[in-house]
Amino acid sequence: MARKKRGTPEVNAGSMADIAFLLLIFWLVTTTIITDKGLPLILPPFNEDPEDIDIPDSHLFNVLVNFKDQLLVEGEGADIRELRKTAKEFILNENGDDDKPPTPQDAIISLKTDRGTKYSIYIRVLDELRGAYHELRAEYMEITVEEYLAFDEDKASEEMLAKYEEAKDVYPMNISEAEPTSIGGGQ
Amino acid sequence: MAKFKDKEREEPGISTASLPDIVFMLIIFFMVSTQPREENVLVEQKLPKATQLQKIEKTTPVSYLYIGKPRESSFGDAPKIQANDVFIDDSEIILFVEKERSKIEQYKQNQLTISLKGDSDAQMGLVSDIKQELRKADARVINYAAIQKGTEE
Repeated sequence: MARKKRGTPEVNAGSMADIAFLLLIFWLVTTTIITDKGLPLILPPFNEDPEDIDIPDSHLFNVLVNFKDQLLVEGEGADIRELRKTAKEFILNENGDDDKPPTPQDAIISLKTDRGTKYSIYIRVLDELRGAYHELRAEYMEITVEEYLAFDEDKASEEMLAKYEEAKDVYPMNISEAEPTSIGGGQ
Repeated sequence: MAKFKDKEREEPGISTASLPDIVFMLIIFFMVSTQPREENVLVEQKLPKATQLQKIEKTTPVSYLYIGKPRESSFGDAPKIQANDVFIDDSEIILFVEKERSKIEQYKQNQLTISLKGDSDAQMGLVSDIKQELRKADARVINYAAIQKGTEE
């Protein structure tokens, strides 16, 4: 009987891809994308009975958010989209107005919410206020805001690091948060 | 000219042997860019959007507090605080911070960052209560977790 010629049998690799896809799907389901991003903040130390500090009214930029998520900026109703611009104008005080701080270092932003204010609105307001400072600092360092936000102190050159510290000194972020009111009766 | 006679040719198939390698590369990419889900989040989590996001440094120890309405209605409607798989009361936060501190190496203990993962619909009353407790616990470095908002909005 004549034998047929046989080649060496090959392992079928086609299904390997399916196995790998299964693994991939398993990974996708059991993991989360790293989202350790946010708005960093340092809280003031706890103080039983805080002393009253006299700050001239002209140094204060008052932002109030009520339980209906409406904004009151410097005693006037305001639109959240205008907040960043108004805050920047206040901090810089280019015209030397009397109702604004003489230098950016004196500026203090006071943020007060109600217990019923929605968290997302608070974050948005905080974001706008931080944005104002970040824009000013980025401008000072002559970089874009995105570059400022991604600034890594460990990787930066000494020159940039010095500038970064300088920008922080020129525009210190003084955002003071008052205890919320409870008019809205939130939980 | 018999030598140049065309041999019978088979249609060349596309080799699928390298397909697994491509998929494995995808897997490795996902393994590197993601982290395993450590705890079950029991509250609703629609993180607020913000533009001025900054990354937490990789080396700093982070603990999470989740704030939001419980997903299961048996826990009620009111927003709650979740820490490590359980709901806690705001008076337990100091204890929680101490426990988290004891888990990390001593020289890093004062770097502990508390990341607040608050739901968009949570109210400021609860959030500020938490902040007040964190101040009492002297865990003053906090982070409001948020996601990047598109610039066109």
